[in-house]
Amino acid sequence: MMQHLIVFPVVLPLIAGILLLYQRQGLVRYKRIVSVVATALLLLVAIGLLRQADSGEVTYYALGDWQAPFGIVLVLDRLSALMLLLTAVLAVGAVVFACAGDDEKGSNFHGLFQWQLLGINGAFLTGDLFNLFVFFEVLLLASYALLLHGGGKVRIQASVHYVVLNLAGSSLFLIAVGILYGATGTLNMADMAIRVAELPAEREGLVTAGALMLLVVFGLKAAILPLYFWLPKAYSSAPAPVAALFAIMTKVGIYAILRVYSLIFGDSAGGLEALEQPWIWWLSLATLAIAGVGVMAARDLRLVVAYLVLVSVGTLLAGIGLGSPEATSALLYYLIHTTLITGGLFLLAEMIGLQRGKAGTRLVKGRPMVQGAVLAMLFFVGAIAVAGMPPLSGAIGKALMLNAAEGIQRLWLWPLLLLTSLASLIALSRAGSTLFWRSQRGSINGSPLSPRQWFGAIWLLSAAPLLVILAGPVSNYTQATAEQLANPQVLIRTLLPEAGDAQ
Amino acid sequence: MELLYAITTGVLTACGLYLTLRGRTFPVVVGLTLLSYAVNLFLFSMGGLTTDGPAIVSEGADVADPLPQALVLTAIVIGFAMTAFVVILAMRARSEVGNDHVDGKKEDRE
Repeated sequence: MMQHLIVFPVVLPLIAGILLLYQRQGLVRYKRIVSVVATALLLLVAIGLLRQADSGEVTYYALGDWQAPFGIVLVLDRLSALMLLLTAVLAVGAVVFACAGDDEKGSNFHGLFQWQLLGINGAFLTGDLFNLFVFFEVLLLASYALLLHGGGKVRIQASVHYVVLNLAGSSLFLIAVGILYGATGTLNMADMAIRVAELPAEREGLVTAGALMLLVVFGLKAAILPLYFWLPKAYSSAPAPVAALFAIMTKVGIYAILRVYSLIFGDSAGGLEALEQPWIWWLSLATLAIAGVGVMAARDLRLVVAYLVLVSVGTLLAGIGLGSPEATSALLYYLIHTTLITGGLFLLAEMIGLQRGKAGTRLVKGRPMVQGAVLAMLFFVGAIAVAGMPPLSGAIGKALMLNAAEGIQRLWLWPLLLLTSLASLIALSRAGSTLFWRSQRGSINGSPLSPRQWFGAIWLLSAAPLLVILAGPVSNYTQATAEQLANPQVLIRTLLPEAGDAQ
Repeated sequence: MELLYAITTGVLTACGLYLTLRGRTFPVVVGLTLLSYAVNLFLFSMGGLTTDGPAIVSEGADVADPLPQALVLTAIVIGFAMTAFVVILAMRARSEVGNDHVDGKKEDRE
């Protein structure tokens, strides 16, 4: 049983998704129960896997018992276990929130939600470049449909951009995979790392082209500067639980960058070592700057949060650009924080919008809210955390990141990161004071929010204090993860024992 | 054969790219389709082009690499599904927004 645990994050949502397709509409209660139970089980599985990975051992699951490099393998190390747990925690919040009524605005919400989880989990686990493509497609297909959930003009417009861009991205991904396969003769990432280390000089150009093309694809998923234009519109128009789940989608891109470049183009890659670093470093700084401007310019709370996602992408990529294990450790801590908090803020924005009636989430005068005081408190916690003010988790994440920069890097990162935080702070205080204080006179009416919505938002936003209280264990774990990533030899030797002996 | 193959892939990619950058949804969809054809051809060629190779590995013969064929098969299936989806999406966008511009703007005549 235990050795099969690795495949569960893929199989469980698949089965749940199939069960949920039974009827397009109706059976609301049954669907909600199946979906929530499946997501909760996923959380338990993820906790189990995290404990398994915490020993420092790399374990893998060979599907059909076909061994690597020929078979398809799912690889579990500290990084993938962490990402799985993060996805499961986020998904629990989002799915419970959706059960308050968002799931009935269109058909098949829960089934698609589970399949999106299947794609995300698969992308985190796979040890094979082509399967990474397949899982990307699975999660993208589900996300296209989820983005359209509920319909409406704005969503369809945003979807057209999102779908077309991602289809073009998929083509690039295939070209990159093709080039790398042609040059190295393998698709297994561990095997590719060995082949790249022994690469004949005349193929270096080809591999460089393939690797940088992959960076474009992952950059598109992560929303790095020239490729981010789809993000604000898509995220701000998506239904709230979907937007919350999408908070992990940009992180899939960041995970892929971390995984592929640390494993294949690590220390042993010779002339190709860390070939992505200069690109990522400068583009991430530019992303930070643009995101700061975007946060300030946004006139809608959802758009503010969407740009905050972009700020976090810039910060995380800067962490990759720094390129040291300390920076990786800092970025992983920041990644946990930012995923949960921005997810929570998307849910909170929806709740605020519901209470304000016609004004919605636009930053204009609106009618007073029934449960304004509690919402304001939650917004305050979320805003403090996401802007990186002490005492909540954002401050620790940001401090770790600033601390990891060295020498000349500080000169660039410190002012940019701090100014962007200032911009977020200004934008959030303006948004908060408009939403909660500048309300029209008049009687307070409207219905109170569902307890499920409260649960979703509080579940995610409680990460802010929890990550501070548990900062010690969490940062120990991220440090161990960063060290494991810096030594890909362990993973390679586990997957391919014979090749490891030969070296 | 390599030259013909390379030229075909290149022309398909160029046409696909040009059409993808157009302002209306229909050319964009056709462009994406052409692009995916080009990608499939490209993937196929990555195992090296051989003629008359046996499909099943046998001794001594120069066999065709089976992996790119499997990849192309997967890519075709996924590409087909995506094209179907994007066609429906474009039609929905046309009916909801009222015009077929990718940005939904009426006044913008390419």
